[in-house]
Amino acid sequence: MIQFSHVSKTFKRNQVLDNVDLKIELGERIALVGSNGAGKTTLIRCLLGQYTHNGVVTVNGLVPRSERSKVLQKIGFVPQLPPPLKMPVSQLVGFAAALCNSEQKRMEDVATRLGLDLRKISRLPFVKLSGGMKQKLLISIAMGRDTNILVMDEPAANLDPDARHIFFELLAERLENTTMLISSHRLDEVASLVNRVLEMDRGKVVLDDRVDDDASLSGKLVCRLALRRPEAAIAKALSGWGFRDVGNGTEWEGLIAGPDRLRFLGMLSRYVGLLTKISMDESASSGNQ
Amino acid sequence: MKHLWFTAKLDIVESLRARWFMIYTLVFGGIVALLFAFGLTESRVLGFIGLSRLLVTYIQLSMAILPIFVLITTVRSVAGDREAGVFEYLLSLPVSLSSWFWGKIVGRYLVVFLPVFAAMAAAAGWAMIKDVEVPWEMFLYYTGLLASMSWCFLGIAMLISTMARSIDVAQGAAFLVWLVMLLFLDLILLGIMIQGHLPPEAAVALALVNPLQVFRTAALMLFDPQLVVIGPAAYVIFDYFGGPLFKVYALIYPAILGTITAALGFQLFRRGDLP
Repeated sequence: MIQFSHVSKTFKRNQVLDNVDLKIELGERIALVGSNGAGKTTLIRCLLGQYTHNGVVTVNGLVPRSERSKVLQKIGFVPQLPPPLKMPVSQLVGFAAALCNSEQKRMEDVATRLGLDLRKISRLPFVKLSGGMKQKLLISIAMGRDTNILVMDEPAANLDPDARHIFFELLAERLENTTMLISSHRLDEVASLVNRVLEMDRGKVVLDDRVDDDASLSGKLVCRLALRRPEAAIAKALSGWGFRDVGNGTEWEGLIAGPDRLRFLGMLSRYVGLLTKISMDESASSGNQ
Repeated sequence: MKHLWFTAKLDIVESLRARWFMIYTLVFGGIVALLFAFGLTESRVLGFIGLSRLLVTYIQLSMAILPIFVLITTVRSVAGDREAGVFEYLLSLPVSLSSWFWGKIVGRYLVVFLPVFAAMAAAAGWAMIKDVEVPWEMFLYYTGLLASMSWCFLGIAMLISTMARSIDVAQGAAFLVWLVMLLFLDLILLGIMIQGHLPPEAAVALALVNPLQVFRTAALMLFDPQLVVIGPAAYVIFDYFGGPLFKVYALIYPAILGTITAALGFQLFRRGDLP
């Protein structure tokens, strides 16, 4: 479906992509990881037809650079850094919907699911929105249209836990017929979203591995914690994850989105000395979904 | 074509919200208001009075202001968008590069030309209300000149912004282009060049390729048919071409130059890295 054949890219003698060969099939969910300067963004930009390069990139047999309208019609893109657009939100959504032959209503519906009421912010300049709102809007535009490839750069970085869960649900709805390429600096941020990991370093793919695909994207886990003593810092962190205090600050309970479990445990690891008990129960969450 | 208009509309709305557009509109509206306020329509310098006098002054001031305004704001906007990452996102949407590039030019053209024209039209409207005779032939020709000149500098600005990779470089290059054209106005440099034994043909050729000079000569031609107030090159041009032919040339040449530079800019844009 997506093929990179001997793709190289050089900026002023600095080789950013070095003879990349890659084949990505329909339905694959790929984590594109690597440090800054590894070549992730350049690879994405080559896929989007934004960079000239040596070698060939094709999407369903079409070359993005020369047939960009046809190729990009099927690609939804969420950048890591939201563009500083001064246009009002309504205009951005209208412009994107018109170009993508989609309906604004579909994008608005996705935004509503993510907890963003577009009617309230329609007149605000995009650039004035908060980081989370921008991210939700860009996700809504990418997912509120007919695409079979989603390219996302740190898509959930600015989302609150509830919005992250809805985002994972949205991804889960598209598992069968969508290829996802999710770029991140850190594997733990995206590991549970994907079934294949590509690690890049100095313009080369240095690791191409399949990962266990058991984690449900739309599922939730009931999580219970017991602490040695009440502590303001962990209380604040747990409240941020939507947890409830059920025992004077020493017992906490809440729901964690399945793909967020690693990220949640990463947060908890900062307070590991305070933890006396932890349980995560997947089956018990079904009634809460 | 549909995508071209979407892009043009987008650029127009972005421009209308920008501070530069507010200043730009105020400058040209303010010029007309000031010319009226200072009673220029009553001035009898060289026997030229009424709205003709105002239009001639307005076109002279436009010649000084419009090119640098169009150059700086356009290169700043396009190179700035690229630098800020706007291109990365908007060009990930399924719009063809031609629709994007030409849509941006069309949108920007309307935004730079309409305020200049509106100020002039407002002057004509005010004159009609005040029962001052409106020289319609001059009004229409000046409208054509301003339209052609706006297009010319817009094309040059798009070429510069395509070639420059940062706002600073783009602005510097735009200023340099404007400065070179200004230095090659015949009153300033061509006289010196002729004194320095430059062949007159070369001086005349320079005057003919400099859109600022073409604009200036054509604008003054209506005001001073003998061209006694401008330099030797313009006089030779006038003598060689005759008035009517040069007036046509002054409309067509900047428009062609703007189209060629914009097309060149598009080729570079299409073949290079977009963000």
